[in-house]
Amino acid sequence: METADIIIKFVLIVIIFTISLVVAMYSTYAERKVAAFFQDRVGPNRAGPFGIFQPLADGAKFFLKEEIIPTNSNAFLFIVGPSLAIMTACIGSAVIPWGQTLTIGTHKIPLQVADINVGVLYIFGVVSLGVYGIMIGGWASNNKYSLLGAIRAASQNISYEIAMGLSIIALLMTTGTLSLKEIAEQQHGWHWNIVYQPLGFLIFIICAFAETNRAPFDLPECETELVGGYHTEYSSMKLGFYLFSEYINMFVSSAVMATLYFGGYNFPFMHSLGLSENWVTILGVIALFIKIFAFIFFFMWVRWTIPRFRYDQLMDLGWKTLIPLAIANIVITGIVMTFIK
Amino acid sequence: MESLSNKKKVVDNRPLSLWERAYLPAIIRGMSITMKHYLFTKDVTIRYPEQKREFSENFRGMHSLKRDEDGRERCTACGLCALSCPAEAITMISAERQPGEEHLYREEKYAAVYEINMLRCIFCGLCEEACPKEAIYLDGDIVPSDYLRKDFIYGKDKLVEAPLNQ
Repeated sequence: METADIIIKFVLIVIIFTISLVVAMYSTYAERKVAAFFQDRVGPNRAGPFGIFQPLADGAKFFLKEEIIPTNSNAFLFIVGPSLAIMTACIGSAVIPWGQTLTIGTHKIPLQVADINVGVLYIFGVVSLGVYGIMIGGWASNNKYSLLGAIRAASQNISYEIAMGLSIIALLMTTGTLSLKEIAEQQHGWHWNIVYQPLGFLIFIICAFAETNRAPFDLPECETELVGGYHTEYSSMKLGFYLFSEYINMFVSSAVMATLYFGGYNFPFMHSLGLSENWVTILGVIALFIKIFAFIFFFMWVRWTIPRFRYDQLMDLGWKTLIPLAIANIVITGIVMTFIK
Repeated sequence: MESLSNKKKVVDNRPLSLWERAYLPAIIRGMSITMKHYLFTKDVTIRYPEQKREFSENFRGMHSLKRDEDGRERCTACGLCALSCPAEAITMISAERQPGEEHLYREEKYAAVYEINMLRCIFCGLCEEACPKEAIYLDGDIVPSDYLRKDFIYGKDKLVEAPLNQ
């Protein structure tokens, strides 16, 4: 690699980090607004026009709040928990292809930080690491509510990762590659994977809700039973990290879903408009972000509609419904591929 | 035992049908309902400082000490309001009217200091009913918020009506 390439990669990483943090920041604002509209309210509208500076005010508040580390907690792990949570949330975006290649002068810049040939596996690895942040935080708090929240998070993530993995296997059977870049390329035109894998997508999106600890699967932080769940003892920016990592997770999993099932940066008629390559790339990035925002909106829509699952219902759904369905999906995909191709 | 109303709710313990157990149709129905609210229902919020809900006719807000038709204070510092006040929010110090002050005070005695502690006041309106001189009415607005307790003790400067302009 030349120096220029390294610099370009570095800039790209910084941009993607910034974008995902800003998106996460404004997701908190969007969540409150969306919730308000669903409940016939107005939502935050005091800080700036339409409350646009609300996330900044919230962030400033997080920094100014007193930082409490409980006496009987394991101070080191107590700090490691939220750091790990936000770190794993952020590194998931590394393999997502945000767009095609951008040509500036002689340089061809692929809009993807790392095109690794096991991209899907990488995403899975990062997602399953994410639960460690919650587990460590819950354990280090030395509080039974936190511990219960952490245990729930762990068992929930383990249960739903299986179904998620199985639903992805069916997808990989049709795509034949683990690289997210190639998967995105294959969906050019109208060959979006949602058309071939509707059941797989349904299972995947349900599992994504469970993996990001979003309602209706937000049992780890279920305030009616567990006070605050794993972040009961947290205050100040450490709490902010936990809340933030949830939104970054939401952003990344929306990006993954858009890439895997909804054509990634592909948009209809992208090569029949007669635009130059760079413009197509930029429009592709915009198309991907529109898809991502649609998914984030869907996440919120579900959250403000569906009540929380009971714990046994959650386990029932995971083990007795989603896993058999996912296996059936693999079998059906296999049969159809054998007889049609 | 007779039930108070004729409403009856029959408990239905039948096991869920396959359609109900599929769960997704119910979710889709619920989500369409919330979407209807998102798109079509107007918000019910009254944006308070800019927009105010109309008070009812008999709303009891901040007190005002009234003046008579000549612009003289009606209050004669009899202390009945303070006596009737269940929250003991009213205190006053009376004074005798001096010659030459007839245009200021209607009676021969007047309240030199008249204070209402708005943190104690429960806005019951008993002072209004007790007053023999029709001097106090709870016809004002909501008592505004403040930072310090001492700022909630309203003296005559805040309570007495603005003088008449001839």
